[in-house]
Amino acid sequence: MKPIGLYLHVPFCSGKCPYCDFYSVIPKNEIMDLYVRTLCEKIKAENRIYDTVYFGGGTPSLLGAERISEILACIKREQNCEVTLECNPSDTGSENSPFDFYAVKSAGVNRISLGLQSAVDSERKALGRKSGCAEIERAIQRAKKAGINNISLDLMLGIPGQTKDSLKKSIEFCANSGAAHISAYILKIEKDTFFYKARNKLMLPDEDETCDLYLYAVEELKKSGFNQYEVSNFSKEGFESRHNLKYWHCDEYLGIGAAAHSFVDGKRFYYERSIDDFINGALPIDDGNGGSEEEYIMLNLRLSEGLNFEKHKKRYNKEIPKSFIEKAKEFEAHSLVKITEQAVSLTAEGFLVSNAIISALIDTVEN
Amino acid sequence: MAVSKENIRNFCIIAHIDHGKSTLADRLLEKTKSVALRDMTAQLLDKMDLERERGITIKAHAVKLNYVAEDGNEYMLNLIDTPGHVDFNYEVSRSLAACEGAVLIIDASQGVEAQTLANTYLALDHNLEIVPVINKIDLPSADPERVSAEVEDVIGLECSDAPRVSAKTGLNVEQVLERIVKDIPAPVGDDSKPLRALIFDSVYDSYKGVIVYVRVKEGKIKPGDTMRMMATGAEFTVVETGYMRATLPEPCSELTAGEVGYITASIKTVSDAQVGDTVTTAENPAAEPLPGYRKVNPMVFCGVYPADGADYENLRDALEKLHLNDAALTFEPETSGALGFGFRCGFLGLLHLEIIQERLEREYDLDLVTTIPSVVYKIHLSDGSTVEIDNPTHYPDPTYIDYCEEPFTDAHIYAPADYVGTIMDLCQDRRGVFKNMDYITPDRVDIHYELPLNEIIYDFFDSLKSRTRGYASFDYEISDYRRSNLVKLDVLLNGDIIDALSFIIHSEKAYGKARRIAEKLKDNIPRQMFEIPIQIGIGGKIIARETVKAMRKDVLAKCYGGDITRKKKLLEKQKEGKKRMRHFGTVEVPQEAFMAVLKLDDND
Repeated sequence: MKPIGLYLHVPFCSGKCPYCDFYSVIPKNEIMDLYVRTLCEKIKAENRIYDTVYFGGGTPSLLGAERISEILACIKREQNCEVTLECNPSDTGSENSPFDFYAVKSAGVNRISLGLQSAVDSERKALGRKSGCAEIERAIQRAKKAGINNISLDLMLGIPGQTKDSLKKSIEFCANSGAAHISAYILKIEKDTFFYKARNKLMLPDEDETCDLYLYAVEELKKSGFNQYEVSNFSKEGFESRHNLKYWHCDEYLGIGAAAHSFVDGKRFYYERSIDDFINGALPIDDGNGGSEEEYIMLNLRLSEGLNFEKHKKRYNKEIPKSFIEKAKEFEAHSLVKITEQAVSLTAEGFLVSNAIISALIDTVEN
Repeated sequence: MAVSKENIRNFCIIAHIDHGKSTLADRLLEKTKSVALRDMTAQLLDKMDLERERGITIKAHAVKLNYVAEDGNEYMLNLIDTPGHVDFNYEVSRSLAACEGAVLIIDASQGVEAQTLANTYLALDHNLEIVPVINKIDLPSADPERVSAEVEDVIGLECSDAPRVSAKTGLNVEQVLERIVKDIPAPVGDDSKPLRALIFDSVYDSYKGVIVYVRVKEGKIKPGDTMRMMATGAEFTVVETGYMRATLPEPCSELTAGEVGYITASIKTVSDAQVGDTVTTAENPAAEPLPGYRKVNPMVFCGVYPADGADYENLRDALEKLHLNDAALTFEPETSGALGFGFRCGFLGLLHLEIIQERLEREYDLDLVTTIPSVVYKIHLSDGSTVEIDNPTHYPDPTYIDYCEEPFTDAHIYAPADYVGTIMDLCQDRRGVFKNMDYITPDRVDIHYELPLNEIIYDFFDSLKSRTRGYASFDYEISDYRRSNLVKLDVLLNGDIIDALSFIIHSEKAYGKARRIAEKLKDNIPRQMFEIPIQIGIGGKIIARETVKAMRKDVLAKCYGGDITRKKKLLEKQKEGKKRMRHFGTVEVPQEAFMAVLKLDDND
């Protein structure tokens, strides 16, 4: 069997960030134990081998090194398997943090992701961060000391009060932090979040300012050595997230845990958004077929490398229609798309309106 | 059962809208026991729902009533119902030509109004004996004495002994019947002469083919005869002749001079039995047709397109079916770069247009886009030739145009004197030429303006009504063509002309209209990936512009494993949304934007 990716969802957090609409609860130890046990059972039942593992959440680091090691012990991995752990800076970077990076490194973790969001104190406050960047720095230090060199930081764009200058400061922090990968997301006010309730009071940058901030970030990150490779993801050469690339290459992955999604053997399915159901052995729900040409195109166009003609032909045994290229040329005329002999890809300006461009391009590929 | 000619009375009922014509007709039917009470649905003669809703008669019908009068004799009363709207003047005049008399109804509270006069003059033109009847005396606001005096003053008819009735309650309706018998002359006509029968109506029936309503002026006709339409030369074998009772046809062995009845001859479409034409026989043809036949010409045109291209066939079928019964409706296939395949339709007037549109939507369940109505313009080219244009897309290159002419109308507006000022403002605004103002009574005026037809085909009537709180009424007739400064406005999106949105307008109105269109489009076209310049121009010159800013950002959501299905669905939805968009070059315009600019009832 070909190795696929493994995604493990850990829906535990010590609090709720004002902008977050993900599923998570504040856990008791007993629940975490039960949950971990169920994860391990399911993993063992699969009997597969993986080339990427991703602990996402919630706050996976809340599980603690022991539980994480327990889970990793069940997972059969390829030699160069990338194992990512999302961490909370306040848990792992606080002065007296008990988090054991050495232990998780031993267990197999070789990449961590930390939610920086912003390096500017006033902005951090607005985002519900109680402390400054020092904890990020500490967390990174400890991780590196333990031998984990592949560090990713999350940045947020278009947050209350942000300007180009303040964004520059955040990016500078990233550049100096020793991180190898940055995920930069434009803040979206989601329903059922604190920000949504307070939306009339938030001093958010308007649409134009937000677009400018995004493009500025792309530029500045590039100057700092982080090349854009996806709509919201930037990295130093060789440090792209191999796990996430599976999504955008339309490759297969198994997701275990409440609210975890899978794409295996051409089918998509997911577990319900309920810890209780998961612990009680609920089976995943069918979500239709995956891997269609439309899906493939939709996902690949999120990458800076874009839709590669060769790869597409290999997989679907057909050419990209002329009408597709014609349409792409229309966008190219407005600098939203780039066309080469090898591929069609979106530019940074194109990424901003990716929905419209992608739907227009997919429209030309009628089966 | 044949009745001697002396005992035949052919009459119609004429009145202003809503003065009670149909109700009185119902009562007459009832009183002569022409229809069992249980078969009475109010206003039986208005067969179509639409007519009933709007309270107007669209097509004329005829009905034979058998009446035993006070003198003991049996009379054959032929009631010919006439259309009440000015768009259908021709039909009205042909119905009148079939009669000897007219019962003129005047509303006891409203008094003499526009159509009262118009129809009376028309009846007098046809030498009909007029029997005035004052109706609605049951209303609290009724003032029969005042109205009677008005009739005598304005029309010059003796009204002091006119029956005062209430068609609603039936009060005094017998008096109307007696007056018909006493005052309206019997028809004259020689049975032995060659047949000359006037067609005053024709209706398509799926079983019998076209039912041709005729008034036999001279001669006789019976089943087996070969009838010949004198205008077209077409011949048909008569299958059946008869009289129309309220709900059923009553076949008879023959129709003789002076009678009103119907003929069927397996005729396929009403265009073969045209209103106003003369029927004669091939066996013994008449030398001359009856006077007054006129080929009906449409005056107002618009493009009619199916909102969903797949409905084209259905639209065509529907128009063909409507045409079976409406010789005045014309239609021709037409294409538009913007709207696809459709038809250019011709109507007698705006009411006719609205009725057809409603019938298409309701009876045939069609979702339609109608383009701006247009009149027929005469364009004189510099090489001496003249073209008639009813479709803006056929407007010639301005460099070849010498001058243009547009149709004008003679319009009369009747209203209380208080509203003179606001009415004159409206007419001035519509490029009207003031001719005359008469005081019909101390409180009522008749304002005569000459107005360009294209200024009154949209919403002139609505504006008039709203300015006068409903008290004004309006009557117009196409008069002549006059020289006019016309221009063609073009709408450009992103530099491309959208042909379906072009229209011809007077140069005075061009700037205002151009600005309003540009604004409407800007408000209705969603932002797209690039800036969209909206330009309205005349020839090459842009006179109004707006811009739809480019969309810089749509939803920039994350897309990890759990987001993929949702994202797929979102794109699906966007694809569906696009289907309702019309594409003009690179610009996507939703149906709604289009409609906002083209809608008939644009009140801006």
